[in-house]
Amino acid sequence: MIHSLFLINSSGDIFLEKHWKSVVSRSVCDYFFEAQERATEAENVPPVIPTPHHYLLSVYRHKIFFVAVIQTEVPPLFVIEFLHRVVDTFQDYFGVCSEPVIKDNVVVVYEVLEEMLDNGFPLATESNILKELIKPPTILRTVVNTITGSTNVGDQLPTGQLSVVPWRRTGVKYTNNEAYFDVIEEIDAIIDKSGSTITAEIQGVIDACVKLTGMPDLTLSFMNPRLLDDVSFHPCVRFKRWESERILSFIPPDGNFRLLSYHVSAQNLVAIPVYVKHNISFRDSSSLGRFEITVGPKQTMGKTIEGVTVTSQMPKGVLNMSLTPSQGTHTFDPVTKMLSWDVGKINPQKPPNLKGTMSLQAGASKPDENPTINLQFKIQQLAISGLKVNRLDMYGEKYKPFKGIKYMTKAGKFQVRT
Amino acid sequence: MSSNSFSYNEQSGGGEATELGQEATSTISPSGAFGLFSSDLKKNEDLKQMLESNKDSAKLDAMKRIVGMIAKGKNASELFPAVVKNVASKNIEIKKLVYVYLVRYAEEQQDLALLSISTFQRALKDPNQLIRASALRVLSSIRVPIIVPIMMLAIKEASADLSPYVRKNAAHAIQKLYSLDPEQKEMLIEVIEKLLKDKSTLVAGSVVMAFEEVCPDRIDLIHKNYRKLCNLLVDVEEWGQVVIIHMLTRYARTQFVSPWKEGDELEDNEKNFYESDDDQKEKTDKRKKPYTMDPDHRLLIRNTKPLLQSRNAAVVMAVAQLYWHISPKSEAGIISKSLVRLLRSNREVQYIVLQNIATMSIQRKGMFEPYLKSFYVRSTDPTMIKTLKLEILTNLANEANISTLLREFQTYVKSQDKQFAAATIQTIGRCATNIVEVTDTCLNGLVCLLSNRDEIVVAESVVVIKKLLQMQPVQHGEIIKHMAKLLDSITVPVARASILWLIGENCERVPKIAPDVLRKMAKSFTSEDDLVKLQILNLGAKLYLTNSKQTKLLTQYILNLGKYDQNYDIRDRTRFIRQLIVPNEKSGALSKYAKKIFLAQKPAPLLESPFKDRDHFQLGTLSHTLNIKATGYLELSNWPEVAPDPSVRNVEVIELAKEWTPAGKAKQENSAKKFYSESEEEEDSSDSSSDSESESGSESGEEGDSNEDSSEDSSSEQDSESGRESGLENKRTAKRNSKAKGKSGSEDEEKENEKSKTSDSSNAESSSIEDSSSDSESESESESESESRKVTQVSTPVFVPTKTHVLLHRMSGKGLAAHYFFPRQPCIFGDKMVSIQITLNNTTDQKIENIHIGEKKLPIGLKMHVFNPIDSLEPEGSITVSMGIDFCDSTQTASFQLCTKDDCFSVNIQPPVGELLLPVAMSEKDFKKEQGMLTGMNETSAVIIAAPQNFTPSVIFQKVVNIANVGAVPSGQDNIHRFAAKTVHSGSLMLVTVELKEGSTAQLIINTEKTVIGSVLLRELKPVLSQG
Repeated sequence: MIHSLFLINSSGDIFLEKHWKSVVSRSVCDYFFEAQERATEAENVPPVIPTPHHYLLSVYRHKIFFVAVIQTEVPPLFVIEFLHRVVDTFQDYFGVCSEPVIKDNVVVVYEVLEEMLDNGFPLATESNILKELIKPPTILRTVVNTITGSTNVGDQLPTGQLSVVPWRRTGVKYTNNEAYFDVIEEIDAIIDKSGSTITAEIQGVIDACVKLTGMPDLTLSFMNPRLLDDVSFHPCVRFKRWESERILSFIPPDGNFRLLSYHVSAQNLVAIPVYVKHNISFRDSSSLGRFEITVGPKQTMGKTIEGVTVTSQMPKGVLNMSLTPSQGTHTFDPVTKMLSWDVGKINPQKPPNLKGTMSLQAGASKPDENPTINLQFKIQQLAISGLKVNRLDMYGEKYKPFKGIKYMTKAGKFQVRT
Repeated sequence: MSSNSFSYNEQSGGGEATELGQEATSTISPSGAFGLFSSDLKKNEDLKQMLESNKDSAKLDAMKRIVGMIAKGKNASELFPAVVKNVASKNIEIKKLVYVYLVRYAEEQQDLALLSISTFQRALKDPNQLIRASALRVLSSIRVPIIVPIMMLAIKEASADLSPYVRKNAAHAIQKLYSLDPEQKEMLIEVIEKLLKDKSTLVAGSVVMAFEEVCPDRIDLIHKNYRKLCNLLVDVEEWGQVVIIHMLTRYARTQFVSPWKEGDELEDNEKNFYESDDDQKEKTDKRKKPYTMDPDHRLLIRNTKPLLQSRNAAVVMAVAQLYWHISPKSEAGIISKSLVRLLRSNREVQYIVLQNIATMSIQRKGMFEPYLKSFYVRSTDPTMIKTLKLEILTNLANEANISTLLREFQTYVKSQDKQFAAATIQTIGRCATNIVEVTDTCLNGLVCLLSNRDEIVVAESVVVIKKLLQMQPVQHGEIIKHMAKLLDSITVPVARASILWLIGENCERVPKIAPDVLRKMAKSFTSEDDLVKLQILNLGAKLYLTNSKQTKLLTQYILNLGKYDQNYDIRDRTRFIRQLIVPNEKSGALSKYAKKIFLAQKPAPLLESPFKDRDHFQLGTLSHTLNIKATGYLELSNWPEVAPDPSVRNVEVIELAKEWTPAGKAKQENSAKKFYSESEEEEDSSDSSSDSESESGSESGEEGDSNEDSSEDSSSEQDSESGRESGLENKRTAKRNSKAKGKSGSEDEEKENEKSKTSDSSNAESSSIEDSSSDSESESESESESESRKVTQVSTPVFVPTKTHVLLHRMSGKGLAAHYFFPRQPCIFGDKMVSIQITLNNTTDQKIENIHIGEKKLPIGLKMHVFNPIDSLEPEGSITVSMGIDFCDSTQTASFQLCTKDDCFSVNIQPPVGELLLPVAMSEKDFKKEQGMLTGMNETSAVIIAAPQNFTPSVIFQKVVNIANVGAVPSGQDNIHRFAAKTVHSGSLMLVTVELKEGSTAQLIINTEKTVIGSVLLRELKPVLSQG
């Protein structure tokens, strides 16, 4: 399936190549560079590029193109999903996935890639198994390795690969047994000029960090499972149990993982927790435009809105902006025309406001569209859909674990048209 | 230490620099680069020295640097001899890195690579399965044609390996060998055939992958494995799922008749012309007979449904395309929700999914209409995503939602992304033609856009308006006048050309303006784009024909300009027009018809989706994405008119080896077959009823499912209560139950087998830990009540030993060899019988004919159910048959004659006492109760002494179930292990207790009415448990 993999940085250098079958010359990437040139922007490079003898499938993440070379028909999502899994694995191993980090850890990267694919077909993609095969580098381990001459390659054989629970390491031991679950919901919304909602939906995930000894068997139940409209599970979740009882029953992987992602059914009206008042106007005659935004809370169930940032791509004609915020800091990049305002917490008594003027290119006609405003925010201890975890039980082990559940609501793709 | 690492960095940095230098200069002149060459040599010398040193750390450093070179794409092939020496290194990391190197360069250094082969051959025999697997992996990755026979041998051996992990690697190796030497195809197909029969979820995905690569046309290999693959699917790893689902989609299209009915037509888009040919064909022949879905077809659809919930986008897409291509149209709706969910994912995933939705939404609008708003465009989307979303929105537009959509489009038109704005205008044009009600609104909107400040927007509007006007029977003189004015300002060639064409077509309706436009154009002719020039020529010709008085001179002027144009197309066109319209003596008969030719009624262009013709590619494939047939694309065949024989998928349950049904014997086998066929019929009827319901349009197909779920759940509960099966197996058991519906077949047994094989001590440990705790879970009272009733309920065997016993040695059997083993399944021939599987091998080079059982010499009371005679057994052939013997709960020997056409051989079977039992599931409470009733005479006990490491729960468990077919009973105490079983003939309970005492002793107690068997079992267990 996957013949070769090339890693290409934003300046167009191939800084890593790996082949799983016969070697494919790196000149095949010329077709990719051509497409990249045509696309002008990195994110417009088509994910599938045909060349006379090969097909190039690529993903773009962390400013790196991961280009897979394919020779025959294969479901494109298969390759794309796999490449994303590779990126996730690197991130998991090294904390960040960037060119210098990959270059520094090129041996580990190579070893990991070698285990992930055999003859181009995925072999071990579970991070738990991979970490048993090849230990991720830590500062401590590097120090120890240099002194003792030991290696990153695990000397134990990965039994997990053979077990019925391939996602869990065997022989896990902790002195403090803890299980944390974060219910994180994101609001995707488009708000129109007048402030009415065009579309709004809630997507949620439950991320878990489970550090439990042995082979615990967990069940998690919700107060209101009906809210969950469409769900997708980590493979550890027993599907039948969910179908019949709406209970999540699973033997967790060790460490961090995404247990569940869900979509809240569309019948429930989405409470939009913030409002944005805006007054952006360009005048034909003068080279000055007026700009004013106010952000305020709305339906927050008494919680504070934090981490608010407002970003907006201003029209090309805007040369500069002179603005004064009532709180927070703002920047305007005259090259990319990107305005960003880091607001911070919203005080309901005093809604933050950003006000000032824009200077426009002299002589140019006024832009025919006002910019859209993208909003980011966070609300702690609130799941906006009202989803609540009922209880978490553990079977199969005798100790009492420490359990914690946290809720959070965030803005997803939250846009306000002006 | 830190200085150490520093120096290393420096070193490698320096190395790179010299190498770069070398690369640069060597291209210029090799001789001049002598100095650099030597330094390069020196550097490699240094690596060589490190590799040859005694210290592992030095070797490792060297290997790491070499791998670094490979990763950067630099040539490190000259180090081959030095590296390959380390292939047998004790240090795992060095070894792994050497493997990496070897696989990369073996192709270039074939002779030297052969040096390493013996190491792998040795490793292939290693007792550790992971080492065997990795040896096979590397060996098969070395692309050296000389070792093809060695690889073939290794693959064959590995495909029969006990470890499923090794078999998985064998499946991968098949593809590698095939790409190295396609001539091995036939032999490889044999291996694939064998591996397809594998029951392990680990193997399934890989072997199907090999099948797709090597012999995708051998659909006949799938028949017998179809049901198994469907049932295993949920538990296969995600990548395997994708491959299997795609293969099964193709399979289903060749084996089942179409579930698409006439009734579905109504649900379809009104535009029938979009429908694919096979659809049409279906409808016509469906008229003939009522449709019932093949239960196997239903099985596939049902078993893939849970996978829509997968976190892997590729799996979800695979299921979606399966539903799209093979499920009844009324059921395909469930995929839309999952596909829409994928739109939250990364840009690349969105791109592929949106493409597929675009194709789907052309044919079946209804599916995605409820999700209309999910396709609204955000300003942050990349352009390619925006255009795809637009495409889908256009496909979904109808009378009901068009007004909302148009409002949305208005925002898009103003977008700063002008390419996207232009695409939106195209979209509006398409909506206007598709939905008659809004044509005028759209046209007005587009006309307004003509005064837009952005030229691209205006140009695009002009082009679209042109198309719209062409379709309109009603005339729009005003619009044309407006557009004529635009000619002064607009510069985009396509737009100018469009306006000129429009004026030309309608020149009689704007008689005053048209000649004036021509005049202006004549002035600027030389500076126009070629596209525009052609249209000026056309306009001139048309005006010449309709209004020659005013324009004759102008046209001739233009024709003269055209005659000397640089572009030959324009010169060509000029000549053509001149001949046609300007009458002279040479002009032929055609000029009479010039007016008809130029001013003919032109058919309106059809504005259609670019995704219209993509539906002939299977969705989710690379070919679909590219809209070109990719290498290796496998066509999805049309539904067959008549379904091929569905019985090919029936599987003999007991027969593990080759299916072997001689044609003439079918009737005689009936008795044996009845058991399954009945149950199958049952399944059929239940399925077909749910089918007929779902045909009526209701969702009762799902009801059927949920019923089944609940029943499955209850049974799985019961399983976990029995404690034999740990809770983590829930999914598996549920599935097994559904499979076991009457045909508790070899599949289960095999799977159990696998599990116990794979379960390392840790695994077994964990399950026993869970056993003990599941008791403390304290299930509700009512459940324990119901339990007392099913005290003697037989459960499936925990473990099936693979040990076979010789029935007939090939020397004494004149080449016919027979082995038997106990599959530990309830016998299908009678309740009181022990089932036995006999494998017959023909080791001669001739056929052995008419193998059957002759005279039986059975002790009183013993009964025997013989297997059906076998017509003939090919040389080297092997066949497995099953029979049942009622041993009357005794270890008496059953003697009988195994006969061939020519000879009779006396053989006998004496059962080990442990095989006279069937495992029983019961709770600890019940166990104690029963034990209380079986004391005194009925109790035998012994003390065992052994080392403590033999007294871990898993070791005891393993040893006991190896000897006897008993079921484990969950125990509240760590030091007591209980097992329960009943005898096959009389059904008397057999309770085994192992109680660990201090000082490495243990008490073994057996309680049973059948004291004889009890004491024999005790005798057998005692040495085994005390053994090391």
